[in-house]
Amino acid sequence: MGNSRPELADGFVVFVKRDCPTCELIVPVLEQLCELNILRTIFSQDDASFPKLPITSDDTSLEVSFSHRIETVPTLLKIQDGIEVDRTVGWSQEIWKAFLGIEDLGSENIRSYSPGCGSLSVDPDLQGMLQKKYGSGLVSREVTFASAEDEFEAMYDRGWSDGLPLIPPTIERVQAMLEGTSRKPDDIVALVPPNLVDLTVEKIAINAVMAGCKPEYLPVVITALETACSDEFNMHGLLATTMPVGPVFFVNGPIRKSINMNSGMNLLGQGNRANSTIGRAVQLTVRNVGGGRPGEVDRATHGSPAKYGLCFAEDEEGSPWQSYAQDQGFSLEQNTVTLFPGEGPRMIVDQLSRSPDELARSLAMGIIGNVHPKLVMGFDTILIIGPEHASRFAEAGWTKEQVNEEIINHSIRETDELIRGANGISEGLPEVFAGSTLPKLRPDGGLIILYGGGAAGLFSATIGGWLSGDKGSSYQTREITL
Amino acid sequence: MTTSVLDPTNEQTPEHRERAQRISSLQGATIGLLDISKPRGDVFLDTIQSLLEKKGATVLRYIKPTFTKPAPVDLRHEISTTCDAVIEALAD
Repeated sequence: MGNSRPELADGFVVFVKRDCPTCELIVPVLEQLCELNILRTIFSQDDASFPKLPITSDDTSLEVSFSHRIETVPTLLKIQDGIEVDRTVGWSQEIWKAFLGIEDLGSENIRSYSPGCGSLSVDPDLQGMLQKKYGSGLVSREVTFASAEDEFEAMYDRGWSDGLPLIPPTIERVQAMLEGTSRKPDDIVALVPPNLVDLTVEKIAINAVMAGCKPEYLPVVITALETACSDEFNMHGLLATTMPVGPVFFVNGPIRKSINMNSGMNLLGQGNRANSTIGRAVQLTVRNVGGGRPGEVDRATHGSPAKYGLCFAEDEEGSPWQSYAQDQGFSLEQNTVTLFPGEGPRMIVDQLSRSPDELARSLAMGIIGNVHPKLVMGFDTILIIGPEHASRFAEAGWTKEQVNEEIINHSIRETDELIRGANGISEGLPEVFAGSTLPKLRPDGGLIILYGGGAAGLFSATIGGWLSGDKGSSYQTREITL
Repeated sequence: MTTSVLDPTNEQTPEHRERAQRISSLQGATIGLLDISKPRGDVFLDTIQSLLEKKGATVLRYIKPTFTKPAPVDLRHEISTTCDAVIEALAD
């Protein structure tokens, strides 16, 4: 990406435009320099016949001006061995004389100083086009920090951070990031809430750099955002709700290994770059491009550390069962990401159950507390079964479907215990549900079972969900586009 | 040493929109009441409705399918074309 910049022949060259009164003013000076054979070229930005001289060169495409970072017209450059060695900006009779090394320049009719005008090549309206054509190929606005500014503080000051330090998204880093995907920088991936603006691959790459991602993580980030912004997942609702939920997501397929994601010990914790930064990149993109910031559209009462980004992988190799993606009809060779509207994880301890049935009862009891023990059916759950718990089921020959069904069966409760006012607690189901039974989780997909975690510890982890279905958010799996 | 970075935001300044003309009187005005489907929003809006009707306004009631999503565009259009003003019952 990016083009090599046009070379200039040795000598003096000047950049002008007709629309600049200073440039008009110094036309006699330019004529004089042309006659003396001192100037090599005059690059004209807006009119190839201004000034009418044999050395005037058409730069109405602005390629030369843009490539040589001309910010003001007139600008006079000194080129030696093809390299710019000096420049002077604006018109000053004294400075030009010294710069060019001549005694006589201009006349009494021409005032001796005039500051010049802005170069067309820095016109904000043209920046996108020029960057794309002659620059990095990227269209995002360049933000230049002052020399006395600390770049890390400057990024905090601009409100780009989630509270943690960011990697400065320089053009070079963003270009390197974009090498991680086959998609073009200007591909529009989604409309990102809450502001519902076009989300391009380029903007995702910038935020992925800031989050600390490596280029090879980018496809996961892009597909996760595409999924998050779907109507079914309802990212807008996740932001706006007062509940402490965010897009929790997990990865299946070979990419887990190729980008070194953690699906084992401490998979939900700190310490793995891919797990930590992919989730963060999604959150930063929603914040910066969509405008979803805490205290604004993000109305979470308490929030959750998971909202910094909670991303992990399933341990497919260690699992006694097929992977979650296979359950959904994908092959082992396909890479997928599944987004779940979830809160932070919570541990379920059971160090004593030995039979699969008692462990299923125990895990069901652990899940019953999610959101509120008296609220049922409306909130889905992820259950990450740890290796030691999973072996209880596997040794008894239980399939994953059986585990899922039994846990839901053991979560069935007498609704008389759940209705409003029952057990002296107002919270609960409406009176009409009295005299019946209901499971904690809806049987048709209310429980996602995954396998992961460290080898030691008779624990599993649960991640409670937000309002499920059309009224809230439906969890989604998509294949990752590399 | 200066650093240049690429802007991670949408680079959009908020679009300037004119506020709708404020209504000067409730007498004869059509006021929409939008329930966003939060618990007890209806109780609040019932009270507002009777107060508005005492002041001579015609009240039309609307309801969002779910409080978790923006109101459907058709509903917003209907309210904007049939009402002079709208009051929304936000939060619980």
